[in-house]
Amino acid sequence: MDLSFSEEDLAFQAEVREFFKTRLPEDIKDRCDRGLHFTKEGQERWQKILNENGWMAPNWPVEYGGTGWTTTQKYIFAQEMGNASAPAPMPFGVSMVGPVIYTFGSQEQKDYYLPRILKSDDWWCQGYSEPGSGSDLASLQTKAVRDGDDYVVNGQKIWTSHAQYANMMFCLVRTDPNAKAQEGISFLLIDMNTPGITLKPIIGLDKEHTLNEVFFDDVRVPVKNRVGEENKGWTYAKFLLGNERTSIARVAQSKRKIAKLRQIAKNEHVNGGRLEEDRDFMRKLNQIEVDLMAIEYTELRMLSMIENGKKLSAEPSLLKIKGTEIQQRLTDLLVESLGMYGLPYEPQRDYSGSNEAPIGPEYATGPMAEHLYLKAASIYGGSNEIQRNIISKMVLGL
Amino acid sequence: MDFELSEEQSLLKDSVDRFVQDNYAPEMRAKLVETDLGFSRDHWKTMAELGWLGMPFSEDVGGFGGGAVETMIMMESMGKGLVLEPFFTTVILGGGLVAEAGSADQIEAIIPSVIEGNTMLAFAYAERQSRFNLSDVETTAEKSGDGYSLNGHKAVVYHGATADKIIVSARTSGEARDESGISLFIVDKDASGLEVQGYRTVDGQRAAEVTLDNVAGELLGEEGKAFPIIDKVVDAAIGALCAEAVGAMAEANEITNEYLKTRKQFGIPIGKFQVLQHRMVDMYMEAEQSKSMSDMVAMKLDLGYSDDTRKAVSATKAQIGKAAKFIGQQSVQLHGGMGMTDEYSIGHYFKRLSTLEMLFGNTDHHLSKFSSLS
Ligand SMILES: Cc1cc2nc3c(=O)[nH]c(=O)nc-3n(C[C@H](O)[C@H](O)[C@H](O)COP(=O)(O)OP(=O)(O)OC[C@H]3O[C@@H](n4cnc5c(N)ncnc54)[C@H](O)[C@@H]3O)c2cc1C
Repeated sequence: MDLSFSEEDLAFQAEVREFFKTRLPEDIKDRCDRGLHFTKEGQERWQKILNENGWMAPNWPVEYGGTGWTTTQKYIFAQEMGNASAPAPMPFGVSMVGPVIYTFGSQEQKDYYLPRILKSDDWWCQGYSEPGSGSDLASLQTKAVRDGDDYVVNGQKIWTSHAQYANMMFCLVRTDPNAKAQEGISFLLIDMNTPGITLKPIIGLDKEHTLNEVFFDDVRVPVKNRVGEENKGWTYAKFLLGNERTSIARVAQSKRKIAKLRQIAKNEHVNGGRLEEDRDFMRKLNQIEVDLMAIEYTELRMLSMIENGKKLSAEPSLLKIKGTEIQQRLTDLLVESLGMYGLPYEPQRDYSGSNEAPIGPEYATGPMAEHLYLKAASIYGGSNEIQRNIISKMVLGL
Repeated sequence: MDFELSEEQSLLKDSVDRFVQDNYAPEMRAKLVETDLGFSRDHWKTMAELGWLGMPFSEDVGGFGGGAVETMIMMESMGKGLVLEPFFTTVILGGGLVAEAGSADQIEAIIPSVIEGNTMLAFAYAERQSRFNLSDVETTAEKSGDGYSLNGHKAVVYHGATADKIIVSARTSGEARDESGISLFIVDKDASGLEVQGYRTVDGQRAAEVTLDNVAGELLGEEGKAFPIIDKVVDAAIGALCAEAVGAMAEANEITNEYLKTRKQFGIPIGKFQVLQHRMVDMYMEAEQSKSMSDMVAMKLDLGYSDDTRKAVSATKAQIGKAAKFIGQQSVQLHGGMGMTDEYSIGHYFKRLSTLEMLFGNTDHHLSKFSSLS
């Protein structure tokens, strides 16, 4: 057992830190630090900078454009990224469909799609959930019927994040209506510009447009856009869900928030003193920091298990539950730290950088927006109730 | 001892419930939120006609002489529909201050007009540095000619931009945070030097930043002696907000409970999953206990104002703050993606309940006030 970083790791850390310090554009950093949604233009600009440096997809195998870093290096990278308030690349391409394609895709699919993800040529969205199929995803009904070299797709997806920006969707469809739920599903790559696809925006309780309904009306998708075998899509979907282990708890981002809260507590007044002298407030903050340490070292212990060739079962569910609970407690406390100035809320589409006078202190723009949006963190990606079901079944055998 | 409503009180409750049913279906409320004003002047007129705007005022100025219990009944029913009209800021807060502190002339000049629906009021108390401390007042007022001249900045004044008159707390003497030396002033919306910047708040309501630059103010009550009055009126106001929260929690629970019965996953209603059953039971228990505290505090407020009342108010706010957060958050969680949308109503309950936890002091603030009174 050993907690220390090697000389090489420390040098690597310095390099990464310098990169974020010098290359991350100020406007992108500011939005990210405030917890506001990215802009498409900003996100693309930043992803291109990462890719120029070869750092778009650290987790991919080297042959497809990965970095070949050790687990420790990946951990350092994620920490520095959070610390610098640098946005991660859009997960739908790099973390979700990319690994599915290089693991199960055809050579043609690999050659075509993987470089386009690295270069941000394609924007991907995730077409899994349907109105009747959320937690019970395997009951999905959108169907694809074979017709010559095409599938004809009919049905509806919902909660499709950022579909309004996307030109591609990876989509679960039912290809065998007679098989058992999990066994008749296929995994398709769908061009969002195909005739018959319509989008309807869903405005969130944060008054923002990130969610969409997507309707399919006789949409023709070439059979060559199916990943892997017909009716084996559930296997790939599950692989995808379990693939992203290193950043699921978002420890680095939460650490950054704690630093921010400590800064705000120095500024905010209470009873003639500063908020940082308020014992009730600081106790809550300190409790979160301790809980965050517990999840950080749990994550590291799991990473070390993977590194040593051990197999995880449902441990990532623990990281997801505890990580999202901490994120939610932190944004809650951020709003609380602002006192009455936590309440003003004009949707962020009015936020245009620094040239608009904010209501209240400068740092009051953002926390409420993020607080509202992150209510979804315990719902998306498998709700925390579902994650608890998984642990109780897979780890505890209950 | 009796927690049941009298016949008259039941009629009042029915009348507000009916108004909410007729006018506050989620899509109706959503439309109102999006208007410039953020509420409906027609509704305001209706409230005046029904006599609601005069409920707490004494009969000799044209009111109904209702007590905290009547206020509780009305606020609870309005809470169920997340009513947007400035009943709380005008009648309970502003009207309460004028009735409590004003001279006979001032009361005569303002309250009947409030009751008729012609005057709206707001109370500007918070400041950039004050957080929840009502005596942390840096805004100043100096004698000038017959009146006073006010300078300073007031923060997050609910309905400040639509008020005809803003009641402002300002320091006429003493040091920062002294309870003595605070005075109340009536400031007219057209007063020169007054700048009111309106904006939306997260709960779909409206608030404003109020800047005073040599603004003429009319003294309300005795100079330097306003703090005990503010404290008393705010405690009654907290009782009213707690009742609103009780109504909102009851409705959020009802909506969520219904969703658990109708939403199906894995072939059965999600309400069949035991973990959700227990969650819903916890939400139910929090709401019931909150209702008990809210009833208790209304009855205590009607008995008179003492340290015991103050303690009861803080205890109630602490209980209801905790319950409001829990119920608000869990009702979104149990709705899954549906809870995250603007179109579906549950998210609006969550947002108003979170705001109610914060207004006039959050849970921690009132717990520590409770312990300092113990
Ligand atoms: C902001 C946001 C972004 C999203 N982005 C995407 C996206 O890009 N692509 C995509 O495909 N989907 C996306 N989703 C959808 C998300 O994956 C689903 O919302 C989630 O799977 C829950 O499904 P549901 O909304 O239908 O809720 P339901 O499944 O109806 O769940 C309702 C409640 O019941 C609980 N519940 C359900 N089953 C059980 C059980 N067996 N035991 C105990 N409790 C249970 C849930 O935990 C929840 O509290 C997004 C959702 C949100 C909110």
